[in-house]
Amino acid sequence: MSFDVTVEKRLGEAEIAVSFRSDAGLTALFGPSGSGKSSILNMIAGLLTPDSGRVVVGGELLFGNGVDLRPEARHAGYVFQDARLFPHLKVRANLLYGARRGVSRIGLDEVVDLFGLDHLLGRWPRTLSGGEAQRVAIGRALLSNPRFLLLDEPLASLDQARADEIMRMIERVRDELKLPILYVSHNPAEVERLAACVVSVRR
Amino acid sequence: MHLTPDDWEVIRLSLKVAIVGVAVMLPIAFALAYVLARGRFPGRILLDAIVHLPLVMPPVVTGWALLILFGRAGPIGGWLDRAFGFTVMFRWTGAALAAAVMALPLMVRAMRLSIEAVDRRLEGAARSLGASPWRAFRTVTLPLSLPGVWAGLVLGFARSIGEFGATISFVSNIPGQTRTLPIAIYTALQLPDGESTVVRLASVSVVLSLGALIGSEWLVRRQSGRAHVL
Repeated sequence: MSFDVTVEKRLGEAEIAVSFRSDAGLTALFGPSGSGKSSILNMIAGLLTPDSGRVVVGGELLFGNGVDLRPEARHAGYVFQDARLFPHLKVRANLLYGARRGVSRIGLDEVVDLFGLDHLLGRWPRTLSGGEAQRVAIGRALLSNPRFLLLDEPLASLDQARADEIMRMIERVRDELKLPILYVSHNPAEVERLAACVVSVRR
Repeated sequence: MHLTPDDWEVIRLSLKVAIVGVAVMLPIAFALAYVLARGRFPGRILLDAIVHLPLVMPPVVTGWALLILFGRAGPIGGWLDRAFGFTVMFRWTGAALAAAVMALPLMVRAMRLSIEAVDRRLEGAARSLGASPWRAFRTVTLPLSLPGVWAGLVLGFARSIGEFGATISFVSNIPGQTRTLPIAIYTALQLPDGESTVVRLASVSVVLSLGALIGSEWLVRRQSGRAHVL
């Protein structure tokens, strides 16, 4: 089982409640903006504590039954919607930030090759375009020795050509690295192309 | 303009008092700024008010409060005297203490603003990449709040160099120990032939303050090329 997630959380007026099990390589969380998809990812990553529920990823219990692993112990490769690169570190240092958490299945050279980052390594994040920043963010997550990936609308800020390019890279990661991926999107075309299992989230 | 040996003594003392005072206060100010920026606990507003007291009280009152606390009969001063045979009274260390206390609110304000400006989601990103809370603080929060730390240091240093009221009421006006630049200028103003001393020392004050400001601006620009103090 890749993902076995049941979480409930009240955030002010909104109530988030979701339950799904998936054995697919890439599972999509599909729903409109504001339906709490990012909060669900945060709960799986350990950045937000559910009021109740259970989170099991790849057979490992991350939350529930009195267990609440700290974010750094969950081995999530989290790619945020806004890339969230560290503004005070150059691209190379951003990529290597999580690399001390053990040896990843993929090394810096491979990530640089795969995502075409060679000419970006010495740049500051603020000088990157949206697509470049997103590629760096995915590379940074992959290099942190993750056991699974959480991708939060990684194509949202990109034009079509760039989005296609990143989608191809996500497919390669899905097929070659065999990491369970949870992919958040509000775009039906992306979801149809990438996901073998779709979880619909409503408001 | 030619500085006399007496002038140099005053300048050396002033620099020593301001640098030591601000340096010792730096970690305390940062910790207070961090707690005030991030903490949610009962008494936070009270702590905020206490930190700001030296900014809003007449400096002479602050000096008098220090005298009560740190005098040989005072609760802290008495303990220091009994336990270590150490006193700050009428010593340059007392002047440094007065300068540091007066500089504290300005340092805390500057640092707090820049800690509040740090995007906490970046700390979440660091945690998800495997960083412990301490490493996330050291590698993300602290470097991103450095512009505020520099600003706090400059403001604190400038405030310390200019400190007069709290110092003179706490540790008096003793050449070589507590007669810092403003107190030396004040002393010269009382003398019938002190005019030239006043001009020399006042010029030095302006140069020191401007130098600190420009120096820190240069440091910050060199560091990030983006954030700045001014």
